[in-house]
Amino acid sequence: MRELQMHEIEALAVGAWVLGTGGGGSPYLGLLNMRRLYAEGHRVSLMPPEDLDDDDLVAVVSNMGAPLVGQERLTDSRNIARAVTLMEEHLGRPFRAIMSVEIGGNNGIQPLMAAAHLGRPVVDADAMGRAYPEAQMTSFAVADLKPYPLSLVDPRGIEGIVAKVPSWKWMERLSRRMCVEVGSIAATCKAPRTGAEVKAWGIPHTTTQAIALGESIRRAQREHRDPVQAILDAEDGRLIFRGKVADISRRTTEGFLRGTARLDGLDDWRGHGFDLAFQNEWAVGWLDGAPRVMTPDLICVLDSVTGEAIGTETLRYGQRVTVIALRAPKVFLSPRGLDFVGPRAFGYDLDFVSVFDAAAAGGNAP
Amino acid sequence: MRRRIGIDVGGTNTDAVLLEGEGVLQAVKTPTTADVLTGVKQALRGVAPAIGAAGVQGVMIGTTHFVNAVVQRRDLARVGALRIGLPAAATLPPLCDWPEDLAAIVRGQVHMVEGGHDFDGRPIMPLDERAIAAAAREMRAAGIACVAVASIFSPLDPAMEIRAAEIIRQEMPEAAITLSHELGRIGLLERENVALLNAALAPLAAHTVRAFAQALEEAGIDAPLYITQNDGTVMRADHAARFPVLSFASGPTNSMRGAAFLTGAKDALVVDVGGTTSDIGALKAGFPREANAVVQVGGVRTNFRMPDLLSIGLGGGSHVEPGADGRIAIGPRSVGFRLPELARVFGGAQLTTSDVAVRLGMLALGEADRVAGLEEGFARAVFAEAARMLEDATDRMKTEAGAVPLLAVGGGAFLVPDTLPGISQVLRPEHAAVANAVGAAIAQVSGEADQVFQGMTRAEALREAERIARARATEAGAEPESLVLVDVEDLPIAYLPGGALRVRARVVGEIAAPAES
Repeated sequence: MRELQMHEIEALAVGAWVLGTGGGGSPYLGLLNMRRLYAEGHRVSLMPPEDLDDDDLVAVVSNMGAPLVGQERLTDSRNIARAVTLMEEHLGRPFRAIMSVEIGGNNGIQPLMAAAHLGRPVVDADAMGRAYPEAQMTSFAVADLKPYPLSLVDPRGIEGIVAKVPSWKWMERLSRRMCVEVGSIAATCKAPRTGAEVKAWGIPHTTTQAIALGESIRRAQREHRDPVQAILDAEDGRLIFRGKVADISRRTTEGFLRGTARLDGLDDWRGHGFDLAFQNEWAVGWLDGAPRVMTPDLICVLDSVTGEAIGTETLRYGQRVTVIALRAPKVFLSPRGLDFVGPRAFGYDLDFVSVFDAAAAGGNAP
Repeated sequence: MRRRIGIDVGGTNTDAVLLEGEGVLQAVKTPTTADVLTGVKQALRGVAPAIGAAGVQGVMIGTTHFVNAVVQRRDLARVGALRIGLPAAATLPPLCDWPEDLAAIVRGQVHMVEGGHDFDGRPIMPLDERAIAAAAREMRAAGIACVAVASIFSPLDPAMEIRAAEIIRQEMPEAAITLSHELGRIGLLERENVALLNAALAPLAAHTVRAFAQALEEAGIDAPLYITQNDGTVMRADHAARFPVLSFASGPTNSMRGAAFLTGAKDALVVDVGGTTSDIGALKAGFPREANAVVQVGGVRTNFRMPDLLSIGLGGGSHVEPGADGRIAIGPRSVGFRLPELARVFGGAQLTTSDVAVRLGMLALGEADRVAGLEEGFARAVFAEAARMLEDATDRMKTEAGAVPLLAVGGGAFLVPDTLPGISQVLRPEHAAVANAVGAAIAQVSGEADQVFQGMTRAEALREAERIARARATEAGAEPESLVLVDVEDLPIAYLPGGALRVRARVVGEIAAPAES
């Protein structure tokens, strides 16, 4: 266990945005809260999952809702802390530590805010290794762990518990409905996990991974080296495509932002086209009409010059972008994992092929 | 024939042009003075004799005065910040993400009260009117005269900000009050930051606009006064005195619009080559393409619409160095405004792009003998490298595959070659040196709406956004019949029920004839 330095939290915000794979919301407001908390003297410790005892209880937190609403209501660090203590009151047991359900995007910072207020460590793990749009798209759901209870908090003093549901899908439906009622944003504490469960099914060391990612991007920017290459080197990633956004279309259905983007190739890809489909996050990419990269491999769209991640909500016509792939957590590569987060879970009738499989690796350029 | 005067008050020069229809009748360049007023008076005296009996239809002034005040941290007022939205957002109070040096100047008092709206129009909490009155009394007691009010989701429903202003005015009748919904869009912190900057500039704006009006009067010009804004359109002077932040990016905007006017090109790229950088922007239907991201002003995050500019380190004063691998490196370092002492042609030690241009006979500057020893092959290679940099940068700014025209302006425009891949033709407008003032003179009036609509069909939401934009343009001084919808876009929103749609609409029209007084 070690104390996190503020510069590491700054890097975490950069790395979490990359691991958001296009979604998860900007970590900026969470970062502002952390700067304030650190200025006030609060500190957060990072705990390797291996250090948990089997019967320790771990809080799994996330900020749920529409990123656009978050831009107006902002983020109050005390809400996520209250979601944790509300769950403790419901359970009648204290939590040993706090972790995020998803490292990608704004939720990568949420457990740190709760941890700073409550003086509990943050577990260096999450349940997605990235961002996904729905509650059942987690390693804990793949493991068929218990999906309840859930606590939900709104700053007006509205507090709710979903005590019991038969499935993760039901938890998603009920908690989503509660969230919409309080204004489409709420702090939540998801089904608690034991230390044994986190060690067996959590995706380990993703906070450390996000910090390292952020630090390599910032270092490359400072030293005027190519930040995209720095990410590929740090993460053993794959360069998929480099191009310019030629078209983008978005629509919302069932509360999700769906759409497609078309890229025209540049550099080694001149004359080639790349299509990206998204549902909040990037889901599948096709090179010249043939599937090239797909979930659960992490698809990251980066600004070709700065290396900073670009979200599905902010991608726009004419931007110069580089598409890279990072390795998916192993838990999602099993047949059951692919049922939850493979291309078919997003409505694409494709058999999953990883760009990291030897056969598919090929060269970088077409 | 419609005659107009355009004035650009820049950091170095104050330029004025007299425009008649499509032609430049007179152009003047004078140094900017510390008091601004003297320079404007001098410039007006330069064009006044050519005006004639018919007079002019309007005087349009573009100025970087207000944005410079923020960047240089001068002439800023202490502001009382009022946030409406508790219990939400309490841990991120107004000014929480400002650079400390600027916050220390602007932060008068910070108040947060209950109220605000949800995205669906329901109040988060009822507005705490008593707390607002108490805050106003506290601000008055501290001698604060400028107030910024921001309420959660006020772009959807401004009622709470408007009510708060009424309450504040009862307690402090003289206060300059800025309401965030009048300036900003969705994004509370950024919109609030815009309102705070605007409030901090209120006394300077009132003073400056009064000085402009006085300069007109002293020059004997009887015409309405307009100030140009970020999007290439103008607002009436009284409006500008209330909303100085709207002029922040008018410099590059006027330069691009002026270049477009002088060449007749509507869809083109524009490169403004200065001493240190080349700024490349894109014109679409005669207006600059706008950047979509958060824009920092003096270190403060804002959500203004600003022109989308790509800046590269290539200018007339850029250092020229042989690179490590035999290649030539140009910039980003530059001798800047010290060119007349540091460049080779002036006896200095630093080789600059201007020296190389003199060597090739493309520029007459200083003493050509001092660079006669440069190898011609090397000089040509420097120009080839500059062309490569411009090719890369113009290609980055293009959003379509076909070739487009490139308009080259600025003192370093000699670095732009006559042909570039992907560029159909390079146009060098006459009067390019006063393109900014021309851009000001031709400005029209606009109105914009950017908000979230719910419980409407898409067509209804688009219509409603256009209606709001038209009403705002008319209020800003446009002739209602002349308004044209120039831009409309809709963006569906993730995780919101009921088909919520964010719509942005912008209309532009001619300046209304002044009312008979």
